[in-house]
Amino acid sequence: MEVPILKQGGFLIATIQAALTDADLLKLHYALVEQVGKHRSKGVIIDVTALDVMDSFATRTLRSLAHMVRLRGAETVICGIQPEVAFTMVQLGLTLEGISTALDLEEGLALLTQSSSKREV
Amino acid sequence: MAKKTLHHFDGSTSIDTSTDESRSELLRQLVAHLRDNRTQLRQEWARRITEAKLLTAMSQDEIFAEATTIYDNYVDALQSGTFEALQTYARDLSERIIPRGVETHEVIGIVLLLRDVLARSLFAKYQHDFALLNRILDAYEPAANRIANTVAVSFVQERERTIRQQQEAIRELSTPVLQVRDRLLILPIIGVIDPQRARQLTEQLLRGIRTNRAKLVVIDITGVAAMDSNVANHLVQTVEASRLLGASVIVTGLSPEIAQTLVTIGVDLSKMNTVGDLQGGIEEAERLLGYKVVPVGEATIEPPRR
Repeated sequence: MEVPILKQGGFLIATIQAALTDADLLKLHYALVEQVGKHRSKGVIIDVTALDVMDSFATRTLRSLAHMVRLRGAETVICGIQPEVAFTMVQLGLTLEGISTALDLEEGLALLTQSSSKREV
Repeated sequence: MAKKTLHHFDGSTSIDTSTDESRSELLRQLVAHLRDNRTQLRQEWARRITEAKLLTAMSQDEIFAEATTIYDNYVDALQSGTFEALQTYARDLSERIIPRGVETHEVIGIVLLLRDVLARSLFAKYQHDFALLNRILDAYEPAANRIANTVAVSFVQERERTIRQQQEAIRELSTPVLQVRDRLLILPIIGVIDPQRARQLTEQLLRGIRTNRAKLVVIDITGVAAMDSNVANHLVQTVEASRLLGASVIVTGLSPEIAQTLVTIGVDLSKMNTVGDLQGGIEEAERLLGYKVVPVGEATIEPPRR
């Protein structure tokens, strides 16, 4: 399943709507890194509300995605991790070190707006 | 007849179908005997209960009243061969007597006493006809065993249910997640943290974060007596999981001893934001959330009137 990438102001929003195969994840990965440059975005939000499983591959992909996006000059926020998913991830030792997280899309946008306004000052 | 009796003495308990009819006839006879001697046997049983110092939590009258009901239920179960009514009654009874501190051995004791009292009365009645006594006992024993079993199991089940309920209640009580300000939760932890509790604690906190849309959580561990590497790791996991939901955590109330232990065993708490006490933690959280608490004038609290 293709993940739509929406442009909202200076940010990109990718909402994952169903469980993704590894190939889909990689596709999303490349598309996002490319579009950050194309739209000159300041931030990327990945909404994982619909996911009820987060395996090591997904975590690793998200982590490397965040690092690459940072190298391209933007910030990444992962939002909407479910409590059960968070619990399992921590138990498996899959933490998203160094990546911002937010409760939901709204919080994620607020977080990005806040940090980008800080950067402009 | 003699052959059948011998057969029984071999230790075999198998009953061929031809005896089914006589069995039910014997059971009927038995039930009639128990009904006829109801008053006397009940009294005897109540006397034996008192003598054996069972059910000390109950008064004489209560024991006699319960004994009567149990006796009637017992005979009914013997007669009908169905145990549902008895089971329901046993559950009921257990529910009533468990809060008064009646122990498992007492319940099993009184049922076995009743069994003994009834068996003795059967011995007394049929002592002249040994073969008949044997057959009566053949009919009586399995049913009596099942009754004893049913009552004991019902009691234990009821007791376990009570214990489970209480455990659940204690667990719920022991980990309150409280909102002190908009988007600020506190989680005071008191007592021992074992893996199960840590798990439940984390689940409750994560649920709280989501329902209250919290951005900050203050975990107060003043009430945690001891901490080892396991507990510390649980705490780190809780903090990590909260972060994945977008909430930061401040840990407060680490006692000097705990701080020393943690440093000695080398637990990495660098990911955790720690503040000395709960007050400091809440102040820090308010600062991070952009609150500022200023006194608006003189304190207006008056001493409470008597």
